[in-house]
Amino acid sequence: MSILIDEGSKFIIQGITGREAVTMAKELIDYGSKLVGGVTPGKKGREVHGVPVEDTVKAFTDNQKIDGSIIVVPPAFTTDAVMEALDAGIKLIVVVTERIPRKQVAQFVEFAQQQNARIIGPNCLGIISPGKSKMGGIGGSAEATKRAFVPGNIGIMSRSGGMTVEIANSLSSSGLGVSTAISIGGDVIIGSSYAELMPLFDQDNDTKGIAIYSEPGGRAEILLAEYVKKSNRKLPIVAFMAGKFMDAMPGMRFGHAGTIVEGKADTTEEKIIRMQEAGITVVERIEEIPMKLKELIS
Amino acid sequence: MRFYEYESKQVLKKFNITIPSGGIATNPDDAMKIHKELNCEVVIKSQVLSGGRMKAGGVKFSANYETTKKYTEEILALTINNLKPVCVIVEPKSGISQEYYAAITWDGVEKKPVLIFSDMGGIDIEEVAEKYPSHVSRTHLSNLKPIYDYSAKIAVSNVGITGKDLNSLSRMLKGLIDIFNKYDLTLAEINPIAKLNDGSFIALDGHMDMEAEARNYHQDLLTELNINKEDTRQSRPPTQFEIDGAAVDAQDTRGVAGNVTEFSGNLGLIIGAGGGSLTLFDAVTNAGGKPANYCEIGGNPSVKKTAELTKLIVSKPGVEKIAVMMNVVSNTRVDIVARGVIKGVIEAGFKPKDKITIFRIPGSWEEEGFKILNKYEVEYVDRTVSMYEAANISVKKMQEEQ
Repeated sequence: MSILIDEGSKFIIQGITGREAVTMAKELIDYGSKLVGGVTPGKKGREVHGVPVEDTVKAFTDNQKIDGSIIVVPPAFTTDAVMEALDAGIKLIVVVTERIPRKQVAQFVEFAQQQNARIIGPNCLGIISPGKSKMGGIGGSAEATKRAFVPGNIGIMSRSGGMTVEIANSLSSSGLGVSTAISIGGDVIIGSSYAELMPLFDQDNDTKGIAIYSEPGGRAEILLAEYVKKSNRKLPIVAFMAGKFMDAMPGMRFGHAGTIVEGKADTTEEKIIRMQEAGITVVERIEEIPMKLKELIS
Repeated sequence: MRFYEYESKQVLKKFNITIPSGGIATNPDDAMKIHKELNCEVVIKSQVLSGGRMKAGGVKFSANYETTKKYTEEILALTINNLKPVCVIVEPKSGISQEYYAAITWDGVEKKPVLIFSDMGGIDIEEVAEKYPSHVSRTHLSNLKPIYDYSAKIAVSNVGITGKDLNSLSRMLKGLIDIFNKYDLTLAEINPIAKLNDGSFIALDGHMDMEAEARNYHQDLLTELNINKEDTRQSRPPTQFEIDGAAVDAQDTRGVAGNVTEFSGNLGLIIGAGGGSLTLFDAVTNAGGKPANYCEIGGNPSVKKTAELTKLIVSKPGVEKIAVMMNVVSNTRVDIVARGVIKGVIEAGFKPKDKITIFRIPGSWEEEGFKILNKYEVEYVDRTVSMYEAANISVKKMQEEQ
């Protein structure tokens, strides 16, 4: 099994005629994802790697069930695109675009909650259930994706897209594989943080352990710790914390928009303590993730 | 992007929130002129982007013109937390009967703005919340529904205020909410709001932060406040090295090769991407290395941009060698980064094999990349060597040379 997407998931790309999206469309089709088309207003009738382009999302949802949409449009048009997809009844939306002001993110996230839909991102590489489907640029070309992501029973959640691939690679080189990996996004406000995705992994019998990449800034790790304390399943979780050097540099921003340290609870030191208190194993190096997971699962 | 107090007050005034009369001065004579016009005891406040002004001596009261001149001169020369003031505010000293606190900020857990209000203003709000929880109200605001006055009234009423004060305070709070929403702020704070002896309310100090990503949407306001594009308002002013790094990144829009932060070490870092850079910087420090900089490359930057960034870093005074490292890349091409880095080192007048301690960027087009590195005899590793190990190799090489 896997969470969020599998071999049957049908989706579209909004902004499909952009340079980055055209490449992504090819990678998705090559990998075996069911990409049924894309939207670029004013470009109805074109094709991108054999899939049709429409002016509106509704042009697709009127005729068939669409499970998800990948948003690859410039920041100024992102909110409109997400709202359109939500209004058309799409329940899973991956927002790849970065540099969207957080007020706009909060708006479409709140609308998604009202529609019982889920947002992944913004500022993320998307989702992959290895061997089945991927939704977003995660892993790059089909060939590179297959090399880094081997099917298996570890779930990955990461605030960094690149580090999602690095972790997957370290798992596969140790003989482990991935059930579903999610690049959750690097912004201050994101659609789904660790604690909001954990219940899905907890319900997935094929996921036996979780790998987490975490960073300074925000409350995501502390919320995860609180969730884990309450949850019944107690899946083994191994977390890696990057950016320890930032603890001594409050107010500075490195890497992602969400990393700014504004108070003690935002520091890596505090987050590590809180995660360990909840029973999460925190490692110093990426290559320790597979080692620890193997110990904890057996 | 943080606003100075005098800028925040201009924004409050636009939304009909009463602020003290007075003005700003950049020299003692102008401060004295304002004092003369006000014709009463004044307060002189340092305009510096730092908290703790009062403690540091950046706020002084003055009853006569000579002390106003003297204090202004002192405050203008006073750096607080390494930051220099840009000017001083000279305002009438107010007769206050009570102080309040009001702020709107983002609650990342609820993913909504939260209005925080207290009838114990002027002091640290977190301390108040801990010791006197019934004196602090927190009211979440919808991102979708228009905000009406009632949200502000709930916030004021929840700390036990009623009567005429409830209406006056909620009018002020509603104005603050409108400012927060209109300008994509991450913080809009009035601390304190003062109730004057005549029963009226006034904003004595204001603090606003605008989200960096939103600056382009609010050019009108920034022009009105005379804030130009180069004025980034980071927690410390950028160094020349960082300004040059930003200029490299701005050369073209393809990918990122910049986001440079200066450190004082001898090992130049060309690292990426967002999360990879954080991981690698820690790994280098942990191995005992001394980074000369933080930076980010990612999103497949051009050869030219990568070369320019390399040149900047390898030429930085004090840099002995550089390390080129990333996580496994899927969208950035290894060969393009390799070509860019080698070009940059050569153009800076060095041999790649002497300057590059290690190249660890596995991923797409790596075979092509490794060919180029072989040609220039640069040591590289593939994905079987972890980021942590690569950082260790690099630091060890630095130590061996010494």
